[in-house]
Amino acid sequence: MKIIVVGHGMVGHKFLEELHQLNLPHAEVSVLCEEPRPAYDRVHLSEFFAGKSAEDLSLVAPGFFGQTGFSLRLKARASAIDRRKKTVTTADGEVLAYDKLVLATGSVPFVPPVSGNDRADCFVYRTIEDLEGMTECGARSQSGVVVGGGLLGLECAKALRDLGLETHVVEFAPRLMAVQVDDDGGRVLRSKIEALGVQVHTNRNTVEITDGARARHRMVFADGSHLEADMIVFSAGIRPRDELARQHALAVGARGGIAVDDHCRTSDRDIYAIGECAAWKDQTFGLVAPGYEMARVAARHLAGQSDAAFAGADMSTKLKLMGVDVASIGDAQGKTPGCRSFRYADELKQIYKKIVTSADGKRLIGAVLVGNADEYGTLLQMAQNGIALPAAPEFLILPASDGQAKPGLGVDALPDSAQICSCNNVSKGQICAAVEGGATTIGELKACTKAGATCGGCVPLVTQVMKAEMARRGMAVNNHLCEHFAHSRQALYHLVRVGQIKTFDELLARHGQGLGCDICKPTAASILASCWNDFVLKDDLASLQDSNDYFLGNIQKDGSYSVVPRMAGGEVTPDGLIAVGQVAKKYGLYTKVTGGQRIDLFGARVEQLPFIWEELIAAGFESGHAYGKSLRTVKSCVGSTWCRYGVGDSVGLAVELENRYKGLRAPHKIKFGVSGCTRECAEAQGKDVGIIATDKGWNLYVCGNGGMKPRHAELLASDLSKEALVQLIDRFLMFYVRTADRLQRTSTWRDNLEGGLDYLKDVVLNDSLGLAAELEAQMQHVVDSYQCEWKTAVTTPDVRKRFRSFVNSDKADEHIVFVEERGQIRPARPDECPATPATGDAAELATTA
Amino acid sequence: MSIEPLVWTTVCAVDDILPDTGVCALAEGRPVAVFRVGHTQFYAIDNVDPKSGASVLSRGLVGNLGKHVVVASPLYKNHFDLSDGVCLEAPEHSVRAHSVRVEDGRVLVALG
Ligand SMILES: Cc1cc2nc3c(=O)[nH]c(=O)nc-3n(C[C@H](O)[C@H](O)[C@H](O)COP(=O)(O)OP(=O)(O)OC[C@H]3O[C@@H](n4cnc5c(N)ncnc54)[C@H](O)[C@@H]3O)c2cc1C
Repeated sequence: MKIIVVGHGMVGHKFLEELHQLNLPHAEVSVLCEEPRPAYDRVHLSEFFAGKSAEDLSLVAPGFFGQTGFSLRLKARASAIDRRKKTVTTADGEVLAYDKLVLATGSVPFVPPVSGNDRADCFVYRTIEDLEGMTECGARSQSGVVVGGGLLGLECAKALRDLGLETHVVEFAPRLMAVQVDDDGGRVLRSKIEALGVQVHTNRNTVEITDGARARHRMVFADGSHLEADMIVFSAGIRPRDELARQHALAVGARGGIAVDDHCRTSDRDIYAIGECAAWKDQTFGLVAPGYEMARVAARHLAGQSDAAFAGADMSTKLKLMGVDVASIGDAQGKTPGCRSFRYADELKQIYKKIVTSADGKRLIGAVLVGNADEYGTLLQMAQNGIALPAAPEFLILPASDGQAKPGLGVDALPDSAQICSCNNVSKGQICAAVEGGATTIGELKACTKAGATCGGCVPLVTQVMKAEMARRGMAVNNHLCEHFAHSRQALYHLVRVGQIKTFDELLARHGQGLGCDICKPTAASILASCWNDFVLKDDLASLQDSNDYFLGNIQKDGSYSVVPRMAGGEVTPDGLIAVGQVAKKYGLYTKVTGGQRIDLFGARVEQLPFIWEELIAAGFESGHAYGKSLRTVKSCVGSTWCRYGVGDSVGLAVELENRYKGLRAPHKIKFGVSGCTRECAEAQGKDVGIIATDKGWNLYVCGNGGMKPRHAELLASDLSKEALVQLIDRFLMFYVRTADRLQRTSTWRDNLEGGLDYLKDVVLNDSLGLAAELEAQMQHVVDSYQCEWKTAVTTPDVRKRFRSFVNSDKADEHIVFVEERGQIRPARPDECPATPATGDAAELATTA
Repeated sequence: MSIEPLVWTTVCAVDDILPDTGVCALAEGRPVAVFRVGHTQFYAIDNVDPKSGASVLSRGLVGNLGKHVVVASPLYKNHFDLSDGVCLEAPEHSVRAHSVRVEDGRVLVALG
């Protein structure tokens, strides 16, 4: 069977995934994709401004087309259909035959038909190309205006604001988000949006766009007033792309859209339409979840499951803007005859909440939440599953008064079939099954069920379901560190700080039990170091340190250590390089340049370490902390000092930052990168903290990672002065140190952070937790109390004497054996070792490892 | 059957071992890891980690897992019971435990 899919957007791709799972024999699938790239996550399009690349947003799993054998044509627009011959013609003139045709052509943004709407620097907000254009234009603009104050318009306004523009929103209706929110909610929303620095103009009907006097454009309104701006973005709603249907006499809905039946079939039995282009019962759906459901229905139906049917969709929504919680559920406006509503408003905190119940008061049928949408998940489930309301439903939205728990939903009340994630249609039962299968963190659940992976609105509820299921199975819901401490790392950090605890013994006596272990000891050592920054090899701290920290080196597989002197920013003088070379030569060490732009010397025995370091210190070097869960390196490119493209002094900044944060102990290692321009030669966006020079200052990216699970860093703030940059990094790092789990890199920490990037921005930029001053002060303490651990170690006799192979002999450890390779040493393989007592065991390792 | 007397080797002073750490000593030429748990409890096991062949067990972190007083190998973090040398994760990788005693502030070890 030949299947052609027209449109490779979010829904088109979901259809392909569904089809692939159904494993249809003899299906020959061709996909026509008008855009220059395969399907990407339009829902998260705005993250493109935060540093996500087109690849990051891609929805296509690597190898998908290779595996499925489906063929994808990029930049291929379907321009005509011959329903009689059953062919599709592309704009390039290629003719393809089909047995079944699936239209997934999405929507186009609606641009109001006013004169001047086609001027240069006018945009719509739909594709990656649109955003590329906006970025380019934003860089040469002072001000921007968004036409349309709906969900998407507000998101777009926020993006313009983040581009640093004076931003306006112009709305035709008397309030923002007119579809989802009522008048009172609209008022609160307006002041929230204005607080973000966006100017709101409601009741404005644009009649003309002309040349501006102070800016590029002037928008003239029906009431005679006007507004000037350098760029304009139209976000005034969408129109289904039903042009192919209209051209070829397929039925269309009363308000547009390709008319489909319950199986997503059009008026031609061999043609399906799914997603935003389809009209079901004269209704189109501008959200991704109903589109995904249509994709599932069409794929099943096409595969012969004739009972697969679409039954309409819930249009509840939650705005994903930082600092502005808005949610709307069901009949938010209370239009159902006889319904009742309950309202709560707090003008001080700018919160407005309303619930709408059925006439008998037993069921929830709608809700509006502005300013705080914590109850969204609970209310949505109550509405969708028809759960009986408590006798006094108003308590569902009233703030909890002291001690009184709010009437929660209790996820136990939900049936297994309850849909928890609407974007990906994940039920409570599926989440529970995944927990049974071993997924016990939000990150793991996302990976295996996709719950919460699209819009993220359901993450709090997914977490609740996960925890409840774990508790039910008697699994440790706890995030207890280990058997010795019934606390999470975050809680222990707090206890140490508040209780002014300085030693492990005290921590164990007050909050733990037993002797401790190799989990809690290094964790406690790290927390104590982050808080108080005492010398890590002090008598009462030394026994907590992992071998690497205990010997201030990186243990290698043969029990020898490697030595890494700090070369801040990757900068080293010729004399320094010679000194390192001489030490390496004298002690016969293997020498390798690291990925972090410094030099690693391998093959030192413990008793050699103090001597090696004495010489390195004399040559002006310090510990590079390569052994610690701490700041490793700040990688840099040569920047504006040498490079003809450089915009900022990346090396200078890298050296300064490395010297500021060196020695900071953290839950895991931390890597920085600083690039002198957007060419990004330092690969800063693959680092925990990445900085890129702009012509106005520095852009700060956070939570990137290379290595095992690469993750692009996200833009936290742009065009910062150096002082502002350092302040934000101080806060960011200390917030991470405070709240991350043990051995959690910033990338995984970020992935598991409830509230995501918006929350992080709130805490770090807007100080929403009121912690900023404290975080900065703590970082300053760490900076001020820095010491080179190696210098202290070699000059403190009691510490120095711990560096020996044998307590009762000066012999060298004969288990460390080297052979030569490419002019340097390397550890001998078992078959190359002279017989030692361990040879047999080592040989075993070679076969079992 | 003959009963061989234990050969005791004096390895160091009590104060040479920081509480809750280990040191490596040579006893009759064999590398032995000697641990001090708390201030007064001493243990000795082979220093060579069978999984890697490296002589490193004295450099592991000591603690307890349930009833077992253990050291975690610094290389692959497998745990050895200090009283009998059994590797908790992989008994086939267990090591020998040795005898220790303290006399006049000195630590003595005997193989076996
Ligand atoms: C900025 C933004 C934020 C959003 N946020 C949310 C949100 O939070 N929650 C939510 O539920 N939804 C959100 N949406 C809406 C969501 O993205 C859409 O509902 C979803 O993308 C619809 O998928 P689709 O496949 O129907 O259409 P699309 O994703 O638009 O895909 C249609 C594709 O078909 C192609 N095409 C059209 N005609 C042809 C042709 N003749 N030949 C070949 N190809 C053709 C188009 O170029 C396009 O690539 C957002 C949208 C935007 C723009």
